[in-house]
Order: sequence, then structure tokens, then C-alpha cells
Amino acid sequence: MKHKLLDIKNLFIQLPAGADRQYAVQEVNLELARGETLCVVGESGSGKSLTARAVMGLLPAPHVQVTQGEIGFNGEDITKVNYDRLRQIRGSEISMIFQEPMTALNPVMSIGAQIDEVFRYHVNMSGAERAKQAIKLLDDVHLPNPEQIMRAYPHELSGGQRQRAMIAMALALKPKILIADEPTTALDVTTQAQILKLISEMQLASDTGVLFITHDFGVVADIAHRVAVMQQGLVVESGTVEQVLNNPVHPYTQALIGAVPSLNPRKARPRSKTPVLSVQGVSKTFGGGSGLFGFGVAAREVKAVKNVTLDLCRGETLGIVGESGSGKSTLARCIIRLMDTDCGKISIDGVQVNELSRAAMRPWRTKIQMVFQDPFASLNPRIKVGNIIAQGPVTQGIDKAEADARARELISIVGLDERSFNRYPHEFSGGQRQRIGIARSLALKPEILIADEPVSALDVSIQAQILDLLEEIRDRMHLSMIFITHDLRVAAQVCDRLAVMRYGEVVETGATADIFAKPEHSYTRDLLAAVPGKDWKVSS
Amino acid sequence: MSKSGKVFWHILRRLSQGVPIILAIVVLNFFLLNLAEGDAVDVLAGEAGSATPEYMAELRAKFGLDKPLPVQLLVYLKNVASLDLGYSFRHDMAVSELIIDRFWPTLLLMVTTIIIAIGFGIFLGLMAAVGLNTWKDSVISVFALITYATPLFWVGLMMIVVFSIHLGWFPTSGMETVAAFYEGWDRVVDIAHHLVLPTITLSLFYLALYTRMMRASMLEQYGQDYVVTARAKGLTERRITFVHVLRNALLPVVTMAGVQVGAMIGGSVIVESVFAWPGLGMLAFESLFARDLNLLLGIFLLSSVLVVVVNLTVDVIYSFLDPRIEVS
Repeated sequence: MKHKLLDIKNLFIQLPAGADRQYAVQEVNLELARGETLCVVGESGSGKSLTARAVMGLLPAPHVQVTQGEIGFNGEDITKVNYDRLRQIRGSEISMIFQEPMTALNPVMSIGAQIDEVFRYHVNMSGAERAKQAIKLLDDVHLPNPEQIMRAYPHELSGGQRQRAMIAMALALKPKILIADEPTTALDVTTQAQILKLISEMQLASDTGVLFITHDFGVVADIAHRVAVMQQGLVVESGTVEQVLNNPVHPYTQALIGAVPSLNPRKARPRSKTPVLSVQGVSKTFGGGSGLFGFGVAAREVKAVKNVTLDLCRGETLGIVGESGSGKSTLARCIIRLMDTDCGKISIDGVQVNELSRAAMRPWRTKIQMVFQDPFASLNPRIKVGNIIAQGPVTQGIDKAEADARARELISIVGLDERSFNRYPHEFSGGQRQRIGIARSLALKPEILIADEPVSALDVSIQAQILDLLEEIRDRMHLSMIFITHDLRVAAQVCDRLAVMRYGEVVETGATADIFAKPEHSYTRDLLAAVPGKDWKVSS
Repeated sequence: MSKSGKVFWHILRRLSQGVPIILAIVVLNFFLLNLAEGDAVDVLAGEAGSATPEYMAELRAKFGLDKPLPVQLLVYLKNVASLDLGYSFRHDMAVSELIIDRFWPTLLLMVTTIIIAIGFGIFLGLMAAVGLNTWKDSVISVFALITYATPLFWVGLMMIVVFSIHLGWFPTSGMETVAAFYEGWDRVVDIAHHLVLPTITLSLFYLALYTRMMRASMLEQYGQDYVVTARAKGLTERRITFVHVLRNALLPVVTMAGVQVGAMIGGSVIVESVFAWPGLGMLAFESLFARDLNLLLGIFLLSSVLVVVVNLTVDVIYSFLDPRIEVS
């Protein structure tokens, strides 16, 4: 056994009275050695983030605190050290990077100033020396033009660059332990691959122990040496990455791993020849124009969608995959007429709809419906679930009693309790809300369903359930579906055909299996190569 | 282009956009004031007591009040364009001269009020947020609540009753002791002495407002992720409060302060009346009763220019405080 850097023994973290359970984490035992990567995996609410924060002494005191156990760090117990020692440890011996690099950096302070603080508060160095060190750090994390980045503010950098700057800051004093709390969850898949590579590079250079919190088994497969799986505050299984991923013992681990979609595309279903939706040469540009009285400098133009042509045949599922900013959501919003197109043709059943007036469009709205990404933001919190679902049909002139009856039927179809009808959205979990969202979209008996990242806000086990539900509904109601996702694993399991988008353009279309087997465009190849855990075969 | 260059063009552009806005305000005010019954001649005649209709008609012709409204408006606009705000028959002085004369006392009152309200508001809000749920927080919050809920004129009157009449610490009214003919520093001290009560009265309400805002803003910022990052870097709580949180918390307060300057001019009417402060507010009040429309229009014009300029200043300050805001 190598030297133990971190030794968490029998840790209990208490939650405030009135929380859904008494302890956020119970009886947690974890160990981390030099140069090792320990992945703590679990779904939301499993206590993995609080465990990480406890190591830094960053629990939101006084409501949440360690009540039992110890966190051994090089012979010291972090739960017992005094404040000054704790402050000394933070940032110099143990440091941390976070999920959302935009909010984790102070928006009104330059990157240089924020890195500088780490040096100022831990070592005695002249200003010039500190600046030199900071520039070197930014260079080490492969940021272009370090001098310029020093002066830049967080909003001027891309998500990946911000996370690089965070890593530079965290590793400034060569800490013994780096805690990474879902550091790549908010990033695109290609950026994620680069950041993961950077973390292991830095780890190798100074033999850092990395405590990596994640929910993504693909990432675990790529970077972990050892894995601990958490559920409801308990570590249910831990061991080496080979043991846990390939021969999971605990039923929860087995279920979690079983829920990870496989990268092997499922068999394509026979394709019908009748197109229900066709998109021809559609473009959409945002911004532009000039200020009042022509004094203004022309605003920056963003060509969100450029000359996109797509077909959707009856009964098929077309996946639109791409990274953030590729224009996939904008395209969906244009198709469903939440936005007007600049040019091009969108036809449903052979009738061009994108030039119709609001009133003329209304009957067409029943034919095409959308499921949104965020099940928390997309349901009106002040309207009861039954009314949310019945609203659409009532607007279309269907009798209220009939609409309510249909809403009740849909509630049971999507697998919710029939008493849900009279409840408000906040009483439901994320997965249940997404079911409500799906029921709402089905209330108008659409022919085409557009699902915009319907599972990306959900935990992996819930994700699997929602995907099954969508599949079942598609077959039962003979829906044609456009499925927008950034997750190639999900796309492989759901879609018959794929369209890959980048910078507003469709770079490649084809049958899912063909694209996975023989990607034509270099960007598609990059995307496929960046999928975490691609070498790890899900056995189930 | 450098930041200062950008700011220069931004100011120029915004000023040129301000011109049509002010023009619109002038036209609107002109019609609004003319909707009111009676004119300066009615009041003059009423005071003289025995004016004949012929004399009144003659006066109207002399003042140009017999012409149709659109013509009066055009004449007024033409005069404004050449910076001639007309003549106040009531005060027998050019409006511009009169306004400038009364502008300085109001400006003095406003600037000290703004400084005190914002300065102490930020300070108290900060203290309350740092000592959340301690006695400091309670005292400050109760103080803010009471001053927020108390009407301005009542505070003014009570100030006079307590501090001027009973304690005799401060003068009851006016801007200076005219009879003393102070010169130099003595005069400055005398004016400052007169300034204390009106300033406190006018600033109390805004002080309470900014205290509450600053406290809420600080608490909100304390919950942000970057504060956790700062703690994780091993910074001291002092550094986190004064460097990280404070600057972010200031942003909404600055925005609010900019918007409120207009409202403050309204508030100064009451305070100036209560303390007989010889400023624009009191002048506006008097000219309203004298139907001195020229003068009233002039005051409105100056106020609107002031609001435009203050808003621009706040925008420029804001662009320096918050790098995310681009001046373009």
C-alpha cells in the first residue's frame, strides 16, 4: 500500500432538521494515495459533493456539519484543525475545482488577479514574481496568449478555457490533493476530453492525489484507478476500476452500470418512404442591425443556423447531435415556429408552414409538439399538472371535460399516479416532471415530437426510464421524432438516423449505425473519439 | 479601440440621443402645463385687484399669451434652441438667470444627500450582512425599517422641533444667516450648519433604501459559487467580504441610485419647502401657484437634463465596475 494522503474514517455529516434524511453521508470510509485517482460516483443527492466539501472544511456551517468520524490528511484530522491551519491547507495543500467554471470565478475580477490571490495568501513572493508564476501556470494548462488571459475577465473566455484557468489556479502551489467536483459536466464532450487529459497530465507531473466526483461512468472508465459508489449517503461499493466496472457486486452498482447506454447503435428499424417533415435551406441569424439613429456600431451577428436541409419520415427517429452553440436547439425552435426563419422552407405533410400567419399556423401546432430539456423550468409552477396537460387541447377548442379526461389518461400512460392531476409541479422529482412534460406534449395528439435534450438534466437511472417511455410512446402513437442530444451514447440507443451539426451547419447525415461505424466528416470522428469510456464495453 | 476611447464615443452617442428625449419632454410639459386653468395674467390681475378686461388683454398680448398654442410652442422651442428660456414676469428676471441662481443650493443639497445616503447605506448594509442575525443586524434592520416607513415632511418637521427649537443646535430654515454678512470660510461653515437638517431629512429615506438593498445584495452574493472558490483558495474572510463580495454587491445599488436621482428632485420640493431652502424645488412650488409657466418649464427642462446626465454618468461608472457591461 502506498502512502495514504487522505484517510476518511467513519464519516457522518448531519443535515439540518427537516431535511429528507438525518445524515447527508453515513459511515463513509475512503482512502486516497499519492498519484492516485479516486472516483466517487453517485446520482444527485447521494452525498458525494458534501463528502468532497467536508475534506476542504467547506460545509455550509452551521446547518450542515461533521458529527462523527475523522478526515485524516497526512496525519492531521481536518475536522479538528483550527481555522488558521485550515485556511493554510486550503488552496496550497488541498485545492478544488468545480462544476460550473462561469459561476465559480468572480465575474468582476480578472483571471490574473484571481490566480494572484492564491500566491499572495500562501507564499511570500514579490508582485513581479507572482505575475511570472501565474503566466507560467496559464501556459502549463495550454491556454493561448497567457499574458492576454491574465487581463481577461471570466466572461471573455469559453467554458473550456475558464475550466483551464480554474485548474491553473487550483494547481498553483502544487497541492497534494486535487478535489474535482464534476469538473467536466458543464462542458462539451470534446472539451471534456481535453480537460480530463489535462488533469491527468498535471497529476502525473506532481504526483497529485485526485478525488474526482462524477455521475458519469464513461469518465470513470477513462480516468479512475479506484472507484467508490455512493447511494443515499452510503458507500455501497468500492474497489479498483476493473472490479467495480466489470464485476459490480452491489445491486445498485449493477443497476447504475446497466443504465448506461451502450455505444453500439441499436438496429435501425425499417424506414418508411413518406416524409412528414421536410426542412429545406433554413437559416436563422441573430443580432445585427444598428443602434438608434444609425449612431450605433452594428451589433455582433450570430449565424445560428446556416442553410440546413433535413427530412423526417413517418415513424422514424432522427437524432440531431452537436455541441453547445451548434444551432440544434435553434433549428428545433424554428421547426416548431417558436421562432421565425430568415429563409428556407419548412413543410409538414407537404404544406409549407414557416410562412403562415399566427392564426393560420394554429391548427398546425397540434401536429408538432416539443419536450423541453429542463423539467424544472418548463412547467409553470402555479398551474396544476392536470391543467398544464389539458391547456393545449382547450386552447384548440376541445371541450374542457374531454380535455381533462384525456389528461387523466395521459397521466397514466406516462406512468404517473392518477392523483397527480391535482398537484403542482414542485411536488414531483425531475424524472416525474419530465413525464409530465411528455404528457403535455402528447395531449394534442401530435404526429411529430421534438425532444430537445429531454434526458440531459436527469440521473442515469431516470434517464433510462424516460428513454424507454419515449420509445414506448413513439410506437404506440405512431410518432415521428426529432431527438436532439449532445450525448452520443443516448443517440446510439434512440435514433434511426443522425444529423451531426456544427456551427449551425449539418456536416453529416446518415443511418446511426453507419455514422458510428464509418464517420465521414472529421468533426464526427472527433466527436466519437471524445466520448468518455469508449473503450469500456458495457456488458449488459 | 482603447477603453477610454470607447467611453468617449459612448458618451457622445448617448448625449446626442438625449437631445430628442429632452425635446419630447419639453413639448409634453408645455401641453401639460397649458391644460391647467388660468395663466400668469389671471394671477397678476387677481393680485392687482382692479384690472379691466382690456388691461388683461393688453398684458396677454405683451406676454404673447394671446396667440394659439401651437404658435406659442414653436416660439418657445425656437427660444429654447437659442438657450433663451424666456422671462419670468413674476420675478421680473430672465428664467435662465433665475434658475441658475437657485440651481446651486439644490445641487449642494442633492450631492451631499446622495453621498450620505449611498455612503452610509452601503456601510450599514455591509455591517448588517457581515453580522447577520446578531444585534448589529437587528438594530440596523429596525432602523432602516422605521426610516423607510416615515414620511419625509414629518421627519423634517420633527427635526426642526427637536434640534432647532428645543435643543437649538441648528437653524430652523434658510441656507445662510443673511444678516451676518459672512465672508470666506465663515460663510462655508455657516452654510454647512444650515445644510445639516435638510440633508439628514432628505437622505434618511434613501439611506434606509440603500441599506436594505445592500444587505440583501451582500447576502445574495455570499451564496454564490465564487465565494466557495475563494474560501477553497484559502483566502481570509476579510478579503472575501471586502474584495470579492463587496464589489459584486455594489452593482445593483449603483443602478438603483442612478434611477433614484430623478425621484430625489421630487423629494427636494418637500424638504426645501419645509426648511425654506432657496433651491429649485421651492422655486417650482412658488411658480406653480403663480402660473409662471415659463419658469416652470425652465425648471422641468433643467431637471430632465440633469436626469439624462446622471443616468449617463451612472452607466459609465457601471461599465468600470462591471467588466461584463460593454460600452459600445
